[in-house]
Amino acid sequence: MSAQIRKIAVWVEETHREMGQEIAPPTRKAVAVAVIANPFAGQFVQDLTPLMEIGEELGGVLGARCVAALGITPAQAQSYGKAAMVGEAGELEHAAAILHPRLGAPLRKAVEKGAALVPSSKKMGGPGQVLDVPLGHKDAAYVRSHFDGIEVRMNDAPRATEIMVAVAVTDSGRPLPRVGGLTHNQAEGKDGLR
Amino acid sequence: MPEVRIRKIATAIEEIHHEGGPPAAVPLLRGAAMAVIANPYAGRYVADIQPFMEDLKPLGLELAQRLLAALGGDPRRIEGYGKGTLVGAGGELEHGALWHAPGGYAMREVLGGARAIVPSAKKVGGVGARLDVPVTHVNASYVRSHFDSMEVGLNDSPRADEMLVVLVMTTGPRVHSRSGGLEAADIKGEDGLR
Repeated sequence: MSAQIRKIAVWVEETHREMGQEIAPPTRKAVAVAVIANPFAGQFVQDLTPLMEIGEELGGVLGARCVAALGITPAQAQSYGKAAMVGEAGELEHAAAILHPRLGAPLRKAVEKGAALVPSSKKMGGPGQVLDVPLGHKDAAYVRSHFDGIEVRMNDAPRATEIMVAVAVTDSGRPLPRVGGLTHNQAEGKDGLR
Repeated sequence: MPEVRIRKIATAIEEIHHEGGPPAAVPLLRGAAMAVIANPYAGRYVADIQPFMEDLKPLGLELAQRLLAALGGDPRRIEGYGKGTLVGAGGELEHGALWHAPGGYAMREVLGGARAIVPSAKKVGGVGARLDVPVTHVNASYVRSHFDSMEVGLNDSPRADEMLVVLVMTTGPRVHSRSGGLEAADIKGEDGLR
């Protein structure tokens, strides 16, 4: 099954200055969101395979949108994350079906490599509700400077029979990282952790 | 003259395929470009604030150009526009009014001479506040199909001593416009109204 898309939205944020410190080059984050029809709204369905197929489609579409919005090559992507918010006529498991089984592979193709787990969050919610998308380094989950998040919110979504699916990609970490730990330059990126 | 100190720049693009009715052949695009800047007058009453209007002109152009680029780059595709300001709690509403001229003229310049007044909204708000930016047709304010709005905001802005300034553009009428009134095809486009 392919996604019935009502809207796609893309946000890009650049941080040029924080606490009086100039950030050069600015740190940049992008997040792309699709608002789709929930094919299983209002009913219990055992086999969620169609939602897994939708996840596979959206992983590629939304990952590519983020990379394009940042104006980078896929290899320049440094961190990523994913999240979904299910409208009230659906169930939390619908978010899991979209996010976990198949979304990762096409997303990794869109950002090149991606040895690390894609951090995720999911919830039920209504129009205007905030969804926080977690971010982690794409090749080495322990890179401390890249633990972050980005908020998305759409005033008209998700309606009861919809699901909001978000993918976030950055080309940088936090603006002023100084809590130590593994750095981007130290990461080997082989086992997905370090 | 106070310099414009930018902390963040963000863009948001929505691609609207439908809203329960027939999907649009070409999805409507609705976009916003915003900057979070230091408010040079925060925390005290300053009588003469107009010099800052001049300082804001380059930022207006920068945001207008970024927004047009994010919407595909063709000024002829832009059919609606609007602008707004969210002033942090250490400032006053009047500071938001400084964006009228630089924001409006920048969009007109980038669009090659739009005729209608640019509708606007402004308010004082805290971090995470949302602003509903009104949108009307770029050449004739009475075109009913193009009355629209876009909600914008950033979870970390505006801080008390900041302002968030925003420009909005759209590429067409509301996705299922059918409420009558003056149609875009019927305008004269001379006085900016009809």
